[in-house]
Amino acid sequence: MQLKEKSKILDEGSIDKALKRMAHEIIEATKTTDDTVLIGIKNRGAYIAERLADHMKAISKSRPPVGALDITLYRDDLTQVSEQPVVHATEITFDIENKRIVLVDDVLFTGRTIRCALDALIDFGRPRLIQLAVLVDRGHRELPIRADYVGKNIPTNVNEVVEVRLSESDGKDEVVLCEKPA
Amino acid sequence: MANEKKTVWTKKDLLGLEYLSREEIEHILYTAASFKEVTTRQIKKVPALRGKTVVNLFYEPSTRTRISFELAAKRLSADVINVGVESSSVRKGETLIDTGKNIEALKIDIIVVRHDCSGAPNILARSVKASVVNAGDGWHEHPTQALLDIFTLKSKLGRIEGLNVSIIGDIAHSRVARSNIWGLTKLGAKVTVCAPKMLIPDGIEKMGVKVTNDLDEAITEADAINVLRMQLERDTSGAFPTKIDFFKQYGISEERLKKCKKDIVVMHPGPINRGVEMSSGVADGLNSVILEQVTNGIAVRMAVLYLVAHAKRN
Repeated sequence: MQLKEKSKILDEGSIDKALKRMAHEIIEATKTTDDTVLIGIKNRGAYIAERLADHMKAISKSRPPVGALDITLYRDDLTQVSEQPVVHATEITFDIENKRIVLVDDVLFTGRTIRCALDALIDFGRPRLIQLAVLVDRGHRELPIRADYVGKNIPTNVNEVVEVRLSESDGKDEVVLCEKPA
Repeated sequence: MANEKKTVWTKKDLLGLEYLSREEIEHILYTAASFKEVTTRQIKKVPALRGKTVVNLFYEPSTRTRISFELAAKRLSADVINVGVESSSVRKGETLIDTGKNIEALKIDIIVVRHDCSGAPNILARSVKASVVNAGDGWHEHPTQALLDIFTLKSKLGRIEGLNVSIIGDIAHSRVARSNIWGLTKLGAKVTVCAPKMLIPDGIEKMGVKVTNDLDEAITEADAINVLRMQLERDTSGAFPTKIDFFKQYGISEERLKKCKKDIVVMHPGPINRGVEMSSGVADGLNSVILEQVTNGIAVRMAVLYLVAHAKRN
């Protein structure tokens, strides 16, 4: 599907500032015992989680454990998507029992991906608390799900696409608003 | 990620490694690695095949393969039915195609079939819309066994390309050997087969393998060996009157293993005839990955069931 780029919403500097602010907010909300872990949703959520952990280390001198979650096996739309998604491995090497998990993803849209992630996490154990951090919230929720930490709120139309590009996977950092062809 | 936008797997069936491309085989192995993680969790279940039904249709007896497929399906949250042919309408003379069509009428999604006729799964696959997975047909192929052998080998040695792999034992009657030859050669390994003359099928060199009747020649430079179960009853030549005669010439003993590479990987599809094709010392020794093969079998079969279930049907 060829997308038409409409405008750049965030450039490299803005992305970095947003992540720094979110890292501060996550630390600010920490209780006295720090049982915080970050779990990013593959692929870009996982890269963002690593960056958040680095920012948190710069601020508070301690880096929280980071895991990566692949939610492909929990999707409810596998029979409808045109391309068969590749299943990647989940990498959570620590126990999540009683932890405060901050789930991390790049874009929050319908909320269905987060629903999958919640189902996946419950299969791993019983965390004390699950919060959500996203770089972009673009509205149009189809499930009652909300983010606790947001990089930027962007109002969009349903036929638009928000593309997050990161140097780890796409060679550069930027968030771009695109349009699906008519 | 390179493969995100292009669909690699489009086949509704897995009938043999002969029909797969290198890319398709590597895709199965990659997917299996992801499923391996699931088998290490506390709750070993994912909802990927929830609501789908898998039938194990075994015309030949089997314990380990059938249990392995059953576990794989259950871990994907599928419903599983086991049809043991001894106690079914097959005894009343029902044909394979009729059995398949009846199963299809029950809205079954995947049929895992083991049959003593080579090509039976192919016939079934053409006659039903359900997915058909070959769990072993005659002497033809046992694709999931070869896939788990290759997966185990790759996880031990990091690659398949360029490896020297020797398959030892009753090659003529072995579907495991044939599937392994297809898979290993497609992934770039150098394969040698070794057996007494009457157990080497004519023309097997055309599959791209080196042939030898000398066990030492086969194993001295090998990075890995796959030792097949020897059924002495099948050998009518009289060359091996007792098990000990076979073991002396073609059995993998600890002394023989000392002449091999230090980190040689020793595989066996099971069940082992201890003291015939392999000594207990080797089967239970440090080079043996036989039990890992069994564990990896679940992840590989989960990957296969997942891929055929979600292949787009046009």
